[in-house]
Amino acid sequence: MGHNVTLGSTLAINSQATETSTTANSPIKIQAENLSVYYRSFRAVADVKLVINAQMITAIIGPSGCGKSTLLRTLNRMNDLVAGSHVAGEVILDGQPLYGPGIDVVDVRRRVGMVFQRPNPFPKSIFDNVAYGPRLYGLHSKHELQEAVEKSLRAAALWDEVKDKLHQSGMVLSGGQQQRLCIARALAVEPEVLLMDEPCSALDPVATLKIEELMQQLKVDYTIVIVTHNMQQAARVSDFTAMMMMRLDRAGELIEFDATPIIFTNPKDKRTEDYVTGRFG
Amino acid sequence: MTTALRSSSMRKRWRKTSSVVMLTLTGLATALAIVPLVWIIVYVFQTGLPALNADFFTHLPTPAGVPGGGIANAIAGSLITVGIGVVIAAPIGVLTALYAASHANTPLGLAIRFGTDVIAGVPSIVMGIFAYALVVLPQKHFSALSGGVVLSFIMLPIIIRTTEEMLKLVPGTLREGSLALGAPEWKTSWRVVLPAAWNGVLTGLLLAISRAAGEAAPMLFTSFGNPFMNTDITQPIATLPHTIFVYAIAPYDDWHAKAWATALVLIVLVLVLNLTARLIVAWRARKMGVAR
Amino acid sequence: MASDSRLNAPARLAASRLSRAWQHGDRFYKLLITLAALSVLVLVVAIGYELWHSSALSREKFGLNFITTADWDPVAESFGALPFILGTLITSIIALIIAIPIGLGVAIFLAELAPNWLRQPIGFVVELLAAVPSVIYGLWGLFVFIPTFVKPVAQSLNGALGFLPLFQGPVFGPSRLAAGLLLAIMILPTIASISRDVFRAIPNTQREASLALGATRWEMIWQVLVPYGLSGLLGAMILGLGRALGETVAVTMVIGNNLDLSASLLHPGYTMASIIANEFSEATYELYINALIEIGLILFAMTLIINLIARLLIWRVSRRTVTEARA
Repeated sequence: MGHNVTLGSTLAINSQATETSTTANSPIKIQAENLSVYYRSFRAVADVKLVINAQMITAIIGPSGCGKSTLLRTLNRMNDLVAGSHVAGEVILDGQPLYGPGIDVVDVRRRVGMVFQRPNPFPKSIFDNVAYGPRLYGLHSKHELQEAVEKSLRAAALWDEVKDKLHQSGMVLSGGQQQRLCIARALAVEPEVLLMDEPCSALDPVATLKIEELMQQLKVDYTIVIVTHNMQQAARVSDFTAMMMMRLDRAGELIEFDATPIIFTNPKDKRTEDYVTGRFG
Repeated sequence: MTTALRSSSMRKRWRKTSSVVMLTLTGLATALAIVPLVWIIVYVFQTGLPALNADFFTHLPTPAGVPGGGIANAIAGSLITVGIGVVIAAPIGVLTALYAASHANTPLGLAIRFGTDVIAGVPSIVMGIFAYALVVLPQKHFSALSGGVVLSFIMLPIIIRTTEEMLKLVPGTLREGSLALGAPEWKTSWRVVLPAAWNGVLTGLLLAISRAAGEAAPMLFTSFGNPFMNTDITQPIATLPHTIFVYAIAPYDDWHAKAWATALVLIVLVLVLNLTARLIVAWRARKMGVAR
Repeated sequence: MASDSRLNAPARLAASRLSRAWQHGDRFYKLLITLAALSVLVLVVAIGYELWHSSALSREKFGLNFITTADWDPVAESFGALPFILGTLITSIIALIIAIPIGLGVAIFLAELAPNWLRQPIGFVVELLAAVPSVIYGLWGLFVFIPTFVKPVAQSLNGALGFLPLFQGPVFGPSRLAAGLLLAIMILPTIASISRDVFRAIPNTQREASLALGATRWEMIWQVLVPYGLSGLLGAMILGLGRALGETVAVTMVIGNNLDLSASLLHPGYTMASIIANEFSEATYELYINALIEIGLILFAMTLIINLIARLLIWRVSRRTVTEARA
């Protein structure tokens, strides 16, 4: 994977798509239909129509304040935690609406996992951090837990670094390692989708690189949606990109969605072009 | 392993139900915690009010069985002992807090914080023993002065702590601005810093007074109580809490009724002081735009 | 600068004399606040010293037997403080057993569940609970709480479990159980408000992390927040214990003040604070007074150690949240 500065050369190595995403050759995992998010009477996100393809990495980019994180959080109903927030429209996971009546939020959050901007390991041992999820779901035998923890730590490319100190506190790890620990913790509940909210913004470039490599490995088994303010990262890492912008009424809207190479070399909307070429943003 | 994680819907339901049950229990615990307060206040008002009249505040106690009489001596006594306490504790407390706020990380500063915590943790009856040895023994009799002294010890940590917290909230820029103009430290503290923190200091003072006004245990062998009116601080004196105690454990019914009435007076005092303190904090927060 | 030379000599002298006076003012001020600060330390030492010194007679005469013998007989000049120590511990433990779960429940409700409009009023109610004077708790305890609540409860306990030494009759009104229950109400606000502050200090990222993994609200609180803030919560409980140990008037009014040594909670008892309160002003000879002061010394030492441990624990939680914010 090239790490050159110019977008073009990076994409030349990376790209393979010649068709647009709308006729996806991979099945649709999540769909947002006319999705709007309100905080009391303030509309934060307006009428988003978005398609997330399975086992692909979709990036959501845009200037700050455009509602990227808000949109991301509707996908695992973490917005519910904000007082006064409600949603109009639909979010559909594998054909099932997430905001219907009688939907178990706890179950949604297991199927759609999340990694946050700043690593937030629990003040427990590395082992207990990863084992936390499986224990919630009834896994108690020592042997099964050890298997689950090892599997997740390997999937997060952290196993070799921590296998000898599983019972040390998660806080002794470096920032990048803590973030991979959080990824391992999220993977341990066996989600189908992994949401990543600017996961590298608190990390140094080397740690960032490791996470980006990890994402490429993870996408084989998981659907990944990443919010990032780093355009180069979006270009390097994602298959599809959604461009968001803030309207005059301060609501965020989706202005363009396409295969990543197209967004970055031949976008249809002028605003997208201005943003990705750095003319503003 | 995967099948184990695809947990049974029974387990899911159990987790959900137990969450709802436990959270409801915390609400019930809160409701339960409120019951005694409401019960006490309502009962004190109900039982104490009938025995209250203008005479109650202006007359002296009558012997058991004789109707009428009041608690004028206890009201005066409480004012005097708490007054002595404030006169001693307020200046020392504020000055100590000024020191602690400006020398927060020095050995002496830390020692003060430690010492304040220790004093705050001393049971009031033990403070009473100390004040007894300090004042009553040399004087060879009980006195309002010793009562005032013990109350000052009890009030001291409250005043120090609240004043110190308020002083820390005053922006350093305010102090620096005054010093940069050439004002000496003491003027800066007196004219600039303290005024900025005054309502916090006042709050601390009100809370300390409320606490001192309600103390009965240490008065048992310092101010000792006095059935007559007394304004001589070298003599024993009655106080509201001590009077309640004496009336309550006596075998006379009419004294019991007076205990309730006195309790009503005391609790109204405490409520007013606490409410005022809270209102000052809220008023200040709104004024400074500080979220609490 | 030119302005300096514009100050003619007399004015400059006057200025420096004035500034010296100001400095004197400051020196005096600094001396004053240092003296005030030192006086606080002097007070602490003085209390300890006085208690130690004035109990010398009793300490020398009885030594360790003071805390192991149960014979308290002022007439025979024999003093053993065991009943009071036991009474204090028993009532405090009863209080803790009840106040800890309820206090934790209140703290969780206030910190995690209550809607905003409910938080202020309930918080104020909890503050008021702490502000009610001890003597009023005692008054209400004696004339209302015992007859309406404690005695019926005691009678049922005696009826159902009377074969246990713990609940043996006869059932009195004033009892250790009554004191323990009343103490529970009195220490509840301490435990609840400090625990609530501990919960509020826990960073939100911990809540988000556990909820995002699919935990229920309760699982988040119990499995993540409580372990995170555990040392602070323990500190709150220990501070509650400290308060219970020293509580005097309320306990004296409801415990019955009896040297009874039976194990039954339904019998009257005696605490260290109560015996001092009841007998100090009537102690007629030196050894008697010394013995009572020695009880005060023991009480002082107990509350001192307890408060220190509690402060240390609470300080540890605040340090942890600071280091994490930096990481």
